Amino acid sequence: MGNYITFPELLLWLPLVAGIIAFFLKKQGSAKAWAILSSFIILGVSVASLFFADDVKYASFNKVNYYWLKYIGNSFYLVLDSTGRLLTFLTALSFPIIFISTQQNNYKNPHSFYGLMLLTQAGLMGVFLAWDALVFYFFWELALIPVYFLCSMWGGEKRIQATFKFFVYTFAGSLLMLIGIIYVYLHTPERAFDDGHIAQHSFALQSFMHATLSTGQQTWLFWLFFAAFAVKMPIFPFHTWQPDTYDQAPTSVTMVLSGIMVKMGLFGVIRWLIPVLPDASLQFANIVIILSIIGILYASFIAIKQDNIKKLIAYSSIAHIGLMCAALFANNEMSVQGAFLQMFSHGINIIGLWIVVDMLEKQTGAKHISQLSGVAHKAPVLTIFLVVIALANIALPLTNAFVGEFLMFAGLYKANVWYAVVAGIGIILAAVYTLRMIQRVFYGESNALTQNIEDASLGQKFVLAVIVAFIFGIGIMPQPLIDLTKEAVNGLLAIKK
Amino acid sequence: MDIKAYMALSLTLFTIGIIGVLVRRNAIIVFMCIELMLNAVNLLLVAFSKMHAASDAVKASATYVSDAQIFVFFIMVVAAAEVSVGLAIIVMLYRNTHSVDINFLNRLKN
Amino acid sequence: MSNISALIWLIPILPLIGFLINGMGRKQLSKGISGIIGSAVILASFILSVLVFFQVKEAGAFNVNYFDFIRLSDFKLGFEFKIDQLSSIFLLIITGIGFLIHVYSTSYMHEEPSKDFAKYFAYLNLFIFSMLLLVLGGNFVIMFIGWEGVGLCSYLLIGFWFKKPEYTSAANKAFIMNRIGDLGFLLAVFWLIAKVGTTNFDVLFAPETLKLLTANDVTGITLLLFVGATGKSAQIPLYTWLPDAMAGPTPVSALIHAATMVTAGIYMIARSNALFSLAPITQTVITVVGLATALLAASIAIKQNDIKKVLAYSTVSQLGFMFLALGTGNYTAAVFHVLTHAFFKALMFLGSGSVIHAMGGEQDIRKMGGLHKHMKITSITFLIGCLAISGIPGFSGFFSKDEILAGAYGYSSMLYGIALFAALLTAFYMFRLYFITFRGSFRGTHEQAHHLHESPAAMTIPLIILAILSVVGGAIGVPEALGGKHELAQFLAPVIKSAAHHLDHTTEYMLMALSTALVLASIFAAWSLYKNYKASGEATGFGKVLQNKWYVDELYQTAIVQPLSALGTFFNNIIEKKGIDGFVNGVGKAVNYGSRQLRLLQSGQVGAYVLLMVIGMLLLFIIQLFV
Repeated sequence: MGNYITFPELLLWLPLVAGIIAFFLKKQGSAKAWAILSSFIILGVSVASLFFADDVKYASFNKVNYYWLKYIGNSFYLVLDSTGRLLTFLTALSFPIIFISTQQNNYKNPHSFYGLMLLTQAGLMGVFLAWDALVFYFFWELALIPVYFLCSMWGGEKRIQATFKFFVYTFAGSLLMLIGIIYVYLHTPERAFDDGHIAQHSFALQSFMHATLSTGQQTWLFWLFFAAFAVKMPIFPFHTWQPDTYDQAPTSVTMVLSGIMVKMGLFGVIRWLIPVLPDASLQFANIVIILSIIGILYASFIAIKQDNIKKLIAYSSIAHIGLMCAALFANNEMSVQGAFLQMFSHGINIIGLWIVVDMLEKQTGAKHISQLSGVAHKAPVLTIFLVVIALANIALPLTNAFVGEFLMFAGLYKANVWYAVVAGIGIILAAVYTLRMIQRVFYGESNALTQNIEDASLGQKFVLAVIVAFIFGIGIMPQPLIDLTKEAVNGLLAIKK
Repeated sequence: MDIKAYMALSLTLFTIGIIGVLVRRNAIIVFMCIELMLNAVNLLLVAFSKMHAASDAVKASATYVSDAQIFVFFIMVVAAAEVSVGLAIIVMLYRNTHSVDINFLNRLKN
Repeated sequence: MSNISALIWLIPILPLIGFLINGMGRKQLSKGISGIIGSAVILASFILSVLVFFQVKEAGAFNVNYFDFIRLSDFKLGFEFKIDQLSSIFLLIITGIGFLIHVYSTSYMHEEPSKDFAKYFAYLNLFIFSMLLLVLGGNFVIMFIGWEGVGLCSYLLIGFWFKKPEYTSAANKAFIMNRIGDLGFLLAVFWLIAKVGTTNFDVLFAPETLKLLTANDVTGITLLLFVGATGKSAQIPLYTWLPDAMAGPTPVSALIHAATMVTAGIYMIARSNALFSLAPITQTVITVVGLATALLAASIAIKQNDIKKVLAYSTVSQLGFMFLALGTGNYTAAVFHVLTHAFFKALMFLGSGSVIHAMGGEQDIRKMGGLHKHMKITSITFLIGCLAISGIPGFSGFFSKDEILAGAYGYSSMLYGIALFAALLTAFYMFRLYFITFRGSFRGTHEQAHHLHESPAAMTIPLIILAILSVVGGAIGVPEALGGKHELAQFLAPVIKSAAHHLDHTTEYMLMALSTALVLASIFAAWSLYKNYKASGEATGFGKVLQNKWYVDELYQTAIVQPLSALGTFFNNIIEKKGIDGFVNGVGKAVNYGSRQLRLLQSGQVGAYVLLMVIGMLLLFIIQLFV
């Protein structure tokens, strides 16, 4: 390694240090300002890293390897590859948006709130950067812990119950994964370190990929890993934590959860599950796809019946994630590329939706569709943004989600005609529940609750405009994003062959 | 001498200790029985160490140290510490409750 | 002239710019300015479209590829436009009629507050933009962008007055029904991608590509595309949104029914005629569906009392005729009818708008009557529209409808018979509408009678222009039997391989004479029944069934909407809450219960602990010894 600081280090340490500093800023204003400032710096680093995407030319900028627990064959190995670039960029982009859009909210104990938020960011970055199973697991849990505190301290009325459910669900999944990691570790080949030390086994991704595992072992290991990822995504029938948690968590945390954290599950599939257990991934692809598609329809039907706006968005998110998961397992370039695009687009869109929902809830105190009506009269700008984002969410052409969903469906169709047909019904259902929500909440005559609603503030207009810019930018010119991840997509497909 | 005799003695002492702990209600007697068990184990350790730890050739070498006998000292030290702490607790209990009957001492449960 | 191809992008972009200006500046712009901007961009597009038309006429079709929309290692999708005879004609229809509707709207919508006025024009411009994209698209995906875009715009415009829940419900219905069709369209696109790896029209319709598709592929793809067309062009079973779409402002109805949206399905099938000609099964399906729709909608129109609803069902019925033409391989006739229908349907919708305007928002024809005296221009132009749609010789509708009927006759005389019957119904209900509305005596309130007036010039001039076009528009397609050359067919020949049967001239004369005589008879019947219409009681018997639109909406409600809704409730209340969550919470409860039981072991008795410990040790010994 050279003497300069690499991108993975910056992306990981900056939020960590910023988070720790935030704990000492007791004033509401200074904690907020610090959080926004540091999140912008991290975004700057992340944007800069996009310009050093050439893995051959700039290899030394994108890799870092410290010795950590050498004796058990572990090292602190971080790599910024093209999958990581996509998701670290999403993470870095989301946090300033989240901080600015919720700027008006005053939290009690702001220092710990913003500190924990930044620690979450550090944890997420670590997950997306780790190339060592132990480090990956470490950050996987590290990202969870601040969220647990954030939900249980700043959440809604039923926060304890919801948070407990969330924690137990994800923790149960994580432990299964840990068993899997240890088992695979015990079957990895020897690893020689630079200084001559030879560890019997190793946690490095490369060693995991060369572990000697029989088909039978892969079979049950697959389900151990998949359990952790499926809970995180979540996939039917592991999803019931999500609507409750989204409903009860403070909205900025919900944004993190739905925008980025659910991508951890998909990322786990991309980075670990398929490369480490390629045979089993092929073998069980159909089961996973069918589960995902059941989830799409199931969640969509429930979304139609939801009165709680937050739960509606939660179920819509379950349906979307289900589609991405199915596409990842469909094993062709179109579907996988579509899933990559959609991971990014979904993150942007859903954060946009939450911003609007949060504003409604903060101003009216209502979070049920039946309580609200006629918001469009008093808050036309807000309504326009919501309609645009909601339509992007249901994949209208020229918005970002269309490109992703189009590719995913085309790929699913290639894998099996009926996958695309049945999953396609989800497109119609998505239109039904989204339009129903828009109609009830935004159209019609305004009522007592919505009469005095105020339109979006300048900061909110700004972030919503940024989101809309991304929606149309990617929707019209998706190629740069495709080029960014092309390498990862082809790498993933090459493993399976 | 045969190891079996040592084993029999140690087993007898240990059993007396266990039975004592189980049936007696006086804290001091229970305490003594625990000491009895510890010493039964000590006896067994010393006996095994003497007769089965190493071959004669090894024992003859200059650097040979019997590990098990060191353990015995550990146990004795721990037992001594335990006595001092344990007796102190019993004394304090007696001062507070005027009883050393362990069946009455269940207030930590809740 | 030849440089026009470099400016093609301006045709859709100009309305988009209009949309952005009006949308962003809706609070600042005055009504006059936003109306002028909205109309001017369309006029500019129209002028460019005319230039493009002549370019195509002289130099033939050309393609423009702007950038790669999606590029994967084995798949490439360009953002490309295809400008040929077919799309250039549609460009003219869309921008030309669109422009007239914009001009008309500046007056019709004048009552709206200025920010809604600007919003209206923004939506209208966006609508034109989407439709232009649809028509210009050089592959199915770009076409689909416009395809969904018009669905979105119709949603926005139908729900324009969003305070009323029934209007927004109509908007939702339109969007969702369109989405059902869109799914069919998308699946067809995926099928094509999976089979031939491209959706580019030029590559796709080349004979060597078509060879890659088996007969089953072609049938499947075309059927799915047709499902898409039924959604957009309001055919059975997805037609019910169109009559409900009357909730929007009247000029919007004119736009949807005449120039844009509903013609999309026709355009798409005409565009892919090479594919459809290979699929006899699909063609039969299209014929049957088209004919059934034509008949069903016509029968419903007879008993409707809302002026716009009558026109809406007449559109559905006329679209049925167009699909009949497509199904019989008579693609040129379908395009021809789109063209003439655009003239007279826009005319009648704008005319009805003029009537509604004069009546102060009243749409029920039972409360009108005798309006001819008060608004001569509207009345006369409306009459011209009725004559055109009925197919009176000399008017534009005659030529196009006659061509469709002749094509049907060439297929089978039974088809011809049913189609002719639907055409007679058309003449009947249109003249019923005319007589009830414009003739007889006025039946509205005194206040309304006082208020009656002819509409301002911004509304009547478009009416007059459209009336002229409705009369002379047929000239471009005069059949050879009547000494014409059918210039439209010749112009479209490079794009469309028409497979219509050719009849000899004598048969054609006979058919024309027959249909003309019967149409005149049916107009006479309408005249005798409705010349002095008096509002009567509620319809009974069969009339009631027709008035209630064969109860199709109710049928959909009970057969589809309610079961699905119940399924959602079932999932939510039973499976989600009791099933999955019940299981999860059950595990939690079990653990809770178990630990409460285990807690009892902690008695606090030191002796009991020791006993347990000893038992445990003994067990370990036993296991060690014997197992």
